[in-house]
Amino acid sequence: MNEREKEYLYWLNSMAELGAVSLRRLYEHFHSYERIYHIEETELKQAGFLKEKQIRAIMEGRERYPRAREEYRSLGRRGIGTVTFLDAGYPQRLLEIYDYPPLLFYRGHLPENGVPTVAIVGARGCSRYGEQITEKFAGALAAEHVQIISGLAAGIDSAAHTGALRAEGGRTFGVLGCGVNICYPRTNYLLYESMQEQGGVLTEFPCDTPPLKQNFPMRNRIISGLADAVLVAEAKEKSGSLITAELGLEQGREIFAFPGRITDRLSAGCNLLIAQGARPALCPDDILEYLGICHHGKLVIREKNMVRLAKREKMVYSFLDFNPKHLDEVAADTGLSVTECMDSLLELELGGYVFRTSNQYYGRKL
Amino acid sequence: MFSKVNSGGLKGVEGYRIEVEADVSDGLPSFSMVGYLAAEVKEAGDRVRTAIKNSGFHLYPRKVTINLSPDDIRKDGTAFDLPIALAILGAYGIVDMSRYHDSAFLGELGLDGRIKGIRGVLPLALALQNEGIRQIFVPEDNLAESLAAERVSTVRAVSLQEVAALLNAPDAITPESGDAFLREKEESNCYIQDFSEVNGQSAVRRATEVAVAGRHNILYIGPPGSGKTMMASRIPTIMPSLSREEQIELSKIYSVCGMLPPGRTLIRNRPFRAPHHTISPSALIGGGKTPRPGEVSLASRGVLFLDELPEFQRQTLEILRQPLEERKVTIARVNATCDFPADFMLAAAANPCPCGHFPNREKCSCSELQIRRYLGKISRPLLDRIDICVEAAPITYQDIRSEGQNEPSEKIRARVEAARRIQKARFAGSAIFFNSEMGNREVKRYCMLGKDEDAYLKNVFTKMQLSARGYSRILKVARTIADLDGSTDIRRRHLAEAVGYRDLEDRYWGGKA
Repeated sequence: MNEREKEYLYWLNSMAELGAVSLRRLYEHFHSYERIYHIEETELKQAGFLKEKQIRAIMEGRERYPRAREEYRSLGRRGIGTVTFLDAGYPQRLLEIYDYPPLLFYRGHLPENGVPTVAIVGARGCSRYGEQITEKFAGALAAEHVQIISGLAAGIDSAAHTGALRAEGGRTFGVLGCGVNICYPRTNYLLYESMQEQGGVLTEFPCDTPPLKQNFPMRNRIISGLADAVLVAEAKEKSGSLITAELGLEQGREIFAFPGRITDRLSAGCNLLIAQGARPALCPDDILEYLGICHHGKLVIREKNMVRLAKREKMVYSFLDFNPKHLDEVAADTGLSVTECMDSLLELELGGYVFRTSNQYYGRKL
Repeated sequence: MFSKVNSGGLKGVEGYRIEVEADVSDGLPSFSMVGYLAAEVKEAGDRVRTAIKNSGFHLYPRKVTINLSPDDIRKDGTAFDLPIALAILGAYGIVDMSRYHDSAFLGELGLDGRIKGIRGVLPLALALQNEGIRQIFVPEDNLAESLAAERVSTVRAVSLQEVAALLNAPDAITPESGDAFLREKEESNCYIQDFSEVNGQSAVRRATEVAVAGRHNILYIGPPGSGKTMMASRIPTIMPSLSREEQIELSKIYSVCGMLPPGRTLIRNRPFRAPHHTISPSALIGGGKTPRPGEVSLASRGVLFLDELPEFQRQTLEILRQPLEERKVTIARVNATCDFPADFMLAAAANPCPCGHFPNREKCSCSELQIRRYLGKISRPLLDRIDICVEAAPITYQDIRSEGQNEPSEKIRARVEAARRIQKARFAGSAIFFNSEMGNREVKRYCMLGKDEDAYLKNVFTKMQLSARGYSRILKVARTIADLDGSTDIRRRHLAEAVGYRDLEDRYWGGKA
């Protein structure tokens, strides 16, 4: 699509009344966005698929066109790229979905076509176990040159991005629910910055769009749409992650989920998905196999090698769990005194076997 | 005719002598009071004249002038009613006051001439004793307090009429017996609470013991109902008993605030003060036109417990920095500048997150941001002064039903006292008393590490990315743990435990573990 057309698409795209589908149909009908700026109202009416409200928005929006054009031209200076559905760089997988966004804004890079891609989604308030396992999986997949897509939210999303960034040559992309120039949540600023080096952030929302509540379900379709498979890490029974999984299913993506204990609320959504036919993700191999990637050596997430540990440390470690336990509990289970336990636990922590969530809570590290 | 009567006024928690002078002379009948008086002292004029009338004395209309000296200190309170009345009676020649130059009088008058209790008798009596006063007339309500001044005889003052009669017949004056006070002096402290009532929570118990032994400030973190307050309120029971000087110092503060238990002279239990989080800065630190002690002073020699620490106003917490450093507060106001003791151990409690259940993700759905914002309300500088941070586990059913014998306060106290004796010997001749008060120089001198221990701590320091402050905090706490252990050297296990009590810094502020 040439620049002139893009300017008009940008102008139309900034109207809240026109969604992705309307924009696509406008193009199919008129074969040019520029034409829409010049034609009579009656012609828009004759098109037949536009609502009264949308027609009015287009007519009244014409006076805003010069400003929109200026805005569009300033994007480059701000380091923001745009790509339309007619461009070659546009992620081709997205075209498979019904309501693909006609215009994408991005910083950094766009996901490459023809490279296997996995979306990882999950709860923002995830458990330590979920965070660790997600990071491991994302890392293992990224190391095999799988692109990792997620939503740059807190919790699982951050873990997925972090894991991918840590892997050698890892590429990861965040789909935002706000303007591409806004980092939300702000705590992820470091991720937001470093992802632009090793991947990118993208969105369908125009610049400066605040992170509105209603934006997030919409961006979820892009997350699943960009990927070959969707991995649900941790999700409650009613959650945005399940919606993403459902969208993925509609789009014909393969769904993976981490199985969890049936009593864990954070695993309820994942277990439900598995019960409905999603594939359980037991090791990164399961996903790689689906993507048709062969690799050397088996990738298995397993527990630490304990050979070097002293007897007491081994004993303490054996009583720990992936979900953090309070020091009191550990002391009671092992029969050691609080001081002895603290000594052993610090030893384990220094050795990288154990993590502390907060002061007196300890858990096994993957 | 002129007459002079001794009395006392309060400046902070110290008393000083005041002379009440009255003169009756010819001229137009009038009644005037001078001497930099607060409103309640000026009102004394009306109370006194009425009380004198109702006590059966008749005053002829003359020109009456009252002066309270020294002139340059503002006088407030109601203790001057009785001396003013007696000065007037002396000036009229009704009572012969010239014989009582070494007596002092304290008390508020009712309109019927009855003498009512006042605040601050204990420091007043002690100060007057040092000023050469030999006999003090004290309201019935405050008798016990005055007995603490053992070189002065205390006389019960019930009503103006009775006091006037006594003064005219000196042989009938009978001082109160000091037996009650002597008995009280012998009593040891007794607390209604005990550590044996706390079930479970072995980690918090241990941390509390360490904190008290080295007088480290402590922060409890835990879900609601995990016994944070219960634990904190029992801290005084494992502290060493108050010495006589400490008892007097503390009792003076309570006397000034009118908070001594009725009929008692001394505070013998270490105080536990738990102000609500809505407390204003001046209520916490002390204040008022004429400064009065606040909660930090009332908690002196004991525990100041701040429950729900993040809920306190930042400004309120900021002002705790001076007392935590200097162990006293200086309040400067219009009428006076006073120093109050504020030598307390700070105990604070906080929930781990807004809902209180973190890290139990089954119950807690607070986002990381929410948690950080919640705990971020606690000011960093205040947190820097808290050496020990410990998390309480949720109470289990077994804990509640536990039949086992828990360790009583007495046993823990014995260990604490032993550790404190070591510290006393260590810091003999210096200005500090506890491990928590060590500065950089003392840390270097008293927290020497062996080669192995040094390597161990170096490993911890780099792996956990500790700050310099965190480093010296760990050493100080390790020193206390070693003292509890009776060990001269700091060993590896002492360091490991101290590392376990390090603060929240890297958990909640610096990001993820």
